[in-house]
Amino acid sequence: MARHVVAAVGEIPPGGRKLVTIRGREIGVFNLDGEFYALVNRCPHQGAALCTGVVVSRLEASLPGEYRLSQPGTMLRCPWHCWEFDIRTGQSWCDPNDIKARTYAVTVEPGEALAKGPFAAETVGVAVEHDYVVLTL
Amino acid sequence: MNVTLRDHRLDDPAQSHLGFIDCDVHPYFRTPADFDPFLSERWREHRRTIGGRSRQGLAKTSLYPRMSPGNGMRGDAWPKDGGPPGSDLGLMREQLLDLFDVRYGLLAPLVGGAAAERNVEFGAAMAVAVNEWQCAAFCDPEPRLKASIQITLEHEASALAEIERRAGDGRFAQVNIPPRGLEPLGRHRYRKILAAAAAAGFPISLHLGGTSGHASTGGGWASFYHEEHPSYVQSMQTLVTSLVCEGVFDEIPDLKVVLVEGGFAWLPALAWRLDKHWKRLRDEVPALKRAPSEYIREHIWVTTQPIEEPERPADMLSTIEWIGPERVMFSTDYPHWDQDDPRYAFKVRLPEDWARMIYRENARALYRLD
Repeated sequence: MARHVVAAVGEIPPGGRKLVTIRGREIGVFNLDGEFYALVNRCPHQGAALCTGVVVSRLEASLPGEYRLSQPGTMLRCPWHCWEFDIRTGQSWCDPNDIKARTYAVTVEPGEALAKGPFAAETVGVAVEHDYVVLTL
Repeated sequence: MNVTLRDHRLDDPAQSHLGFIDCDVHPYFRTPADFDPFLSERWREHRRTIGGRSRQGLAKTSLYPRMSPGNGMRGDAWPKDGGPPGSDLGLMREQLLDLFDVRYGLLAPLVGGAAAERNVEFGAAMAVAVNEWQCAAFCDPEPRLKASIQITLEHEASALAEIERRAGDGRFAQVNIPPRGLEPLGRHRYRKILAAAAAAGFPISLHLGGTSGHASTGGGWASFYHEEHPSYVQSMQTLVTSLVCEGVFDEIPDLKVVLVEGGFAWLPALAWRLDKHWKRLRDEVPALKRAPSEYIREHIWVTTQPIEEPERPADMLSTIEWIGPERVMFSTDYPHWDQDDPRYAFKVRLPEDWARMIYRENARALYRLD
């Protein structure tokens, strides 16, 4: 396990995302209202580039016609078969207990702390006065 | 690593798909004017000034909205040049033909509107144009792609002429007829067209869809695309039943029919039901010399996509066993949203000899490819 600096905080605005490659794995890093999450860029169904899909809300209906749109911007829809996954947990909408996309631990850390290391900076340069998104893999 | 508790085998795909024959690939035009070089001035002007008149009420969209932009396209299949998915041969090579070393791809052009055109003479002209366009835009520059002959079923003379024109042309593999038509395909008025295709050595491909103008289910208009999607299979079941019950396969013993994009797990149940009632109702169809299931096993081929995903993955094997592994052919449906990836479509490992048949040999034999 190593810690990887994948982006400066300002680089991924709320609702935005960044695709990174860490140790050969494509990973999507998402900003949901200031919180950062990371998912593998591979759908567990048939292998499509999951993190390039559209982000939608969770839509539920307790009865026909009683719609409830909740948790806007939390569900990632696969660009192939439209399977949806919760960006925060990787859980699938269709089978949340058994089918999940792999998630990775992400933290925000000040450049000052990172400058002390140890971490892998990849392509992101670190300045002590900024905050950074750090992914553990 | 993704976390899946089911038998998905995402990280251990069989390699038996490499070099497969894809029985359902969709080419698209960039603009409707792409067909103009293959239309006479009379029909070019008609296309520009009057345009198509489909049997459905909606002129520029499908009956139900779909999940993905572009009326149901795979999200990552849009060419950089701004054209629609399926219009860029380079991207088709990159995402399909070269990626999997596809041996052949059978084109299913859902374009031009020939089959559902109310003005059947315009429809006949568009059918010829789409056939020429398939060759010019796809099959000539990329010989791995084989064209499907478009016809206008409701204009017999033009359909017969088009089949005759393409007979012996190795760029064409089959005759395409949409399953949703005005009447079931076994009706006598279509018999000459089916016979001509068989005589020319072309299988008939029934690619899911078509525009009948009737409600898309036998029970009226559905509310959702979710309902519409399985209803496509109803029209395939109707056509299979019609071809069997009208005695078409006895009259045209060489007729081969390919069901494209309908899945296939429903076929055994349909055959069981037809067999059961044939024992009781055979006086009504005395021309049937054998049980309906025997005609189906002999004359019907199925393609895999959208592949069924049974809760117990091994049930897929017993389904294929009933249909016969020699009648099942792999298809992706590229570049549509519900396409299947040959590495991961089957959630159960196929016996090696079945995999060879399903990915390659059945299509090679049926279409007489090398």
